Parts: sequence; structure tokens; C-alpha cells
Amino acid sequence: MDERVLQILIDSFMKILMAGIRVTIPLAVLSFFFALIISIVVAVIQYADIKGLKQICRFYIWIIRGTPLLVQLYLVFYGLPSVGIVLPAFPAAVLCFAINEGAYMAESMRAALEAVPKGQLEAGYCVGMSYWQIMRRIILPQAFRTAFPSLSNSFIAMIKSTSMASTITVSEMIRQTQIINGRVYQSLALYLEVGFIYLMFCTVLTWLQSYGEKKLNAYGGAK
Amino acid sequence: MIDVRNVTKTFEDFEALKGVSLQVEKGDVVAILGPSGSGKTTLLRCINFLEIADSGTMVFDDETYDMHSISKKDISRIRRKTAFVFQNYNLFLNKTVLQNVTEGLIIARKVHKEEAEKKAIAALEKVGMADRLDSFPSQLSGGQQQRVAIARALATDPEIIYFDEPTSALDPELIGEVLAVMRDLANEGMTMLVVTHEMNFARNVSNKVIFMENGQVIETSDSKSFFENPKEERTKLFIQTIQSGRE
Repeated sequence: MDERVLQILIDSFMKILMAGIRVTIPLAVLSFFFALIISIVVAVIQYADIKGLKQICRFYIWIIRGTPLLVQLYLVFYGLPSVGIVLPAFPAAVLCFAINEGAYMAESMRAALEAVPKGQLEAGYCVGMSYWQIMRRIILPQAFRTAFPSLSNSFIAMIKSTSMASTITVSEMIRQTQIINGRVYQSLALYLEVGFIYLMFCTVLTWLQSYGEKKLNAYGGAK
Repeated sequence: MIDVRNVTKTFEDFEALKGVSLQVEKGDVVAILGPSGSGKTTLLRCINFLEIADSGTMVFDDETYDMHSISKKDISRIRRKTAFVFQNYNLFLNKTVLQNVTEGLIIARKVHKEEAEKKAIAALEKVGMADRLDSFPSQLSGGQQQRVAIARALATDPEIIYFDEPTSALDPELIGEVLAVMRDLANEGMTMLVVTHEMNFARNVSNKVIFMENGQVIETSDSKSFFENPKEERTKLFIQTIQSGRE
């Protein structure tokens, strides 16, 4: 590798990394936070079999899982302004990622809820608790533990999906890389570099996941 | 105290209960016996509204309820005066032993935390589990879990405790410790309605026996005459079978 390329890599590394820390990570964390709320609400509505709302939830999951994330991003950022709804790029991206990943996570949460033994609900009833008390204190905590690995998976996927926000002008890592590459024409080196930074982020998350799983298992290991 | 009349329940096209009646007085220990599939468990679950009966009436503490159209409010009012011990324990898996017992007090009955813990520890002492307060259910044997489940039932000062085959899921060597706890409760005058296959318990601890088959009550009598002097042919056959099985 000649010295010029090395110098380009060194110069660009901090710029791309900072875009990661300032944009990619906040984008992923915020989107994941809202996706988590969406998924819990949507999963609980289905689990509790709330008439009417349940059908709306199934419709939401059907639409979101059946259309590309890129289409959803374009619709919100480029499409909605034509009906008078103009969102800045970053909030538009958060909205899309949250709604998109929320649909997938809702399915993981629903499966985890259904995996909680039926007897837990009955035992709760028999000690005098109400359905929602049992849901909040007994069933959801157990479901969350079951869902933890697949939720971690979703978060890792979310980190990488944020790269698509570059297509709606959010200056996250990929966009930053594209801008630098436009000046220096070193696609191979620069995209290897940004790939490596994504890998670093995801490696840290993988560590956090196994730490979290150990922590949850310490609480009795359930089944 | 409890007077249940003409309970019926059909699942799909299986008639699980065909008009069952039973009475429990304060201080009674009633054993419900019968072959598998006779409707014993379904009856118990209908009495605590884990299943809603197709028809039937219940008098509980001098108030009459229609068992099919009973309101949620009445169900929870009755449940607060009763407790249920399940065949497979059903301890809250994400809660410690102590939390399993305090949960119904603190959350459902709004008892203050310190008072709830005091009550819980007293109940756990009674079943010999007070040394495992911080264990999780997964760290306990079946017999220990069932004793905690009994403590959870006791802690709420119920007027009656329902037991649904409390020893059927246990390894043989663990059955004794659970039966001993139940015998102590009976001796203290706790009102109990027990679906069981434990003939020794039915004979020596309970004072009344109800024998069921095919969704009907075949015979109701005090436990002494049930075993020594059964009235019905079917009951005689049942007792002969278990006795020959033992010898």
C-alpha cells in the first residue's frame, strides 16, 4: 500500500468514526428505543387479543415487512413533502427505522410472550392480581428475557441499516465516506475502512449482548 | 361456606361435568377422588373460575352467584378469599421465593411491603422454606417449589385453599414433604378442597370424600365410611382396585 493511500486512510478514519459516533449511533439508539416501544405495544395487543386493534397490528406488520426499507425511506423523505409533510432527514430516518424494525421486533416479542407458560397467568389470577398487573410484573419480564437475543440481533441489524439513511442525505458514516471518496477516489481502501468501523461497533454490541445474557441468566435461568 | 350446585361444562363435544354439586363447610378437608378424566380438575377450576362453567350456581359466604354469568368483579372478590395450589406449582419464574409469596399481598391486596414480608416469612417458616428466601424457582426441587406454592397460598389468609393434584408431578421421594405440610394445615383447621390420588391423605387427613366418574359425583360421604363402608357398587370396585394395587 503506498504512502498516499495510508495517509488518506489515517486522515479519513477520524472523520468517519466521528460521523459514526455523532450520527450513526444516535440514529440507531433512538430508532431502536422507539422500535422497542412499538414492538411491545403491538405484541401485547396481539397477545391480549384486543379486538379491532389486533387487526390493525397485523395490517401494520404485513405492510412493513412486505415493502423494502428503502421504499419506506423514500416515501417519507421524498414523497410526503408533496402532500405538505416535510420532515428533516434525521427525524425522517428515525421514524422509518423505528416503524420498520418495530414490525420485526413485534413478532419476536409476540413469540416470546406466547412462550411464557400459561400457568403463570393462572397463578397470578389465583393470588388476586389483575390481567394487566400480571402482564407487567410476571409475563412481560419473562418474555423480555426470552426475546433478548433476538432483540440484540435487531439492534445490530439496525446499526447497519442506518447506512441506508445516506440515501436521504443524513450525514452518517457511509455518506461521509462517499464525500471523502469523491475527492480522493480510493473506493477499495475507504469502503474497507468504513466496513471495519461497522465491524468494531457490532463487535462491541456482541460483547454487550453476551454480558446482558449472563446478567439475565443470573436471575434464576427460568426454564 | 361453599355450596356449589349443578355445575356443567362441555369442551368441544366432550361433557366434562354433567351437573355436579358439592358443599364445603368451614374447617372441612374434602378430598375429591376418581379416575383420570372424571372431571375432578375441571370442577376445581370452575369453582375458582379458571374455567367458566356452562351453568351452575355457587353460594360463597352467603352470597349467591351464577357461575356462568358471574362478573369479573365478583370473580376477583371471591378469588381474594381463596387460594389455589397447582399440580405443577406455577411459581412466578422471574421472582424469588420471597417475592412469589409477597406478590399477591403487595400488588393485589396493597399490603405494605414490610408487613407483607413479615407475613410471607411466617408462611414460609410454616412450610420449612424460610431458609431459601432469595432462591429462584428454577433452583428448587419440585417438592420445595410446591411447599413455596403452599406458602404463597397461605400468606393471603384464604378462607379456603384449593389443591389440584398437588403431589402428582412430584418424584415419589418428594411427595411426603408436601403431604406433611398439608396434614399440618388440616390439623390447624384450614378449610381445604383437594383433588388427589393420594389415598392415605384421603383416608387419614380428609374428613369428607367425593368420588367422581364421567363428570358426575358417584358418592359423597365422610372419609371413614367411604373407605370402610362404601355405598355404591362403583365406589366399592374403586376401593378394591386401589387396595389390591397396594398389596
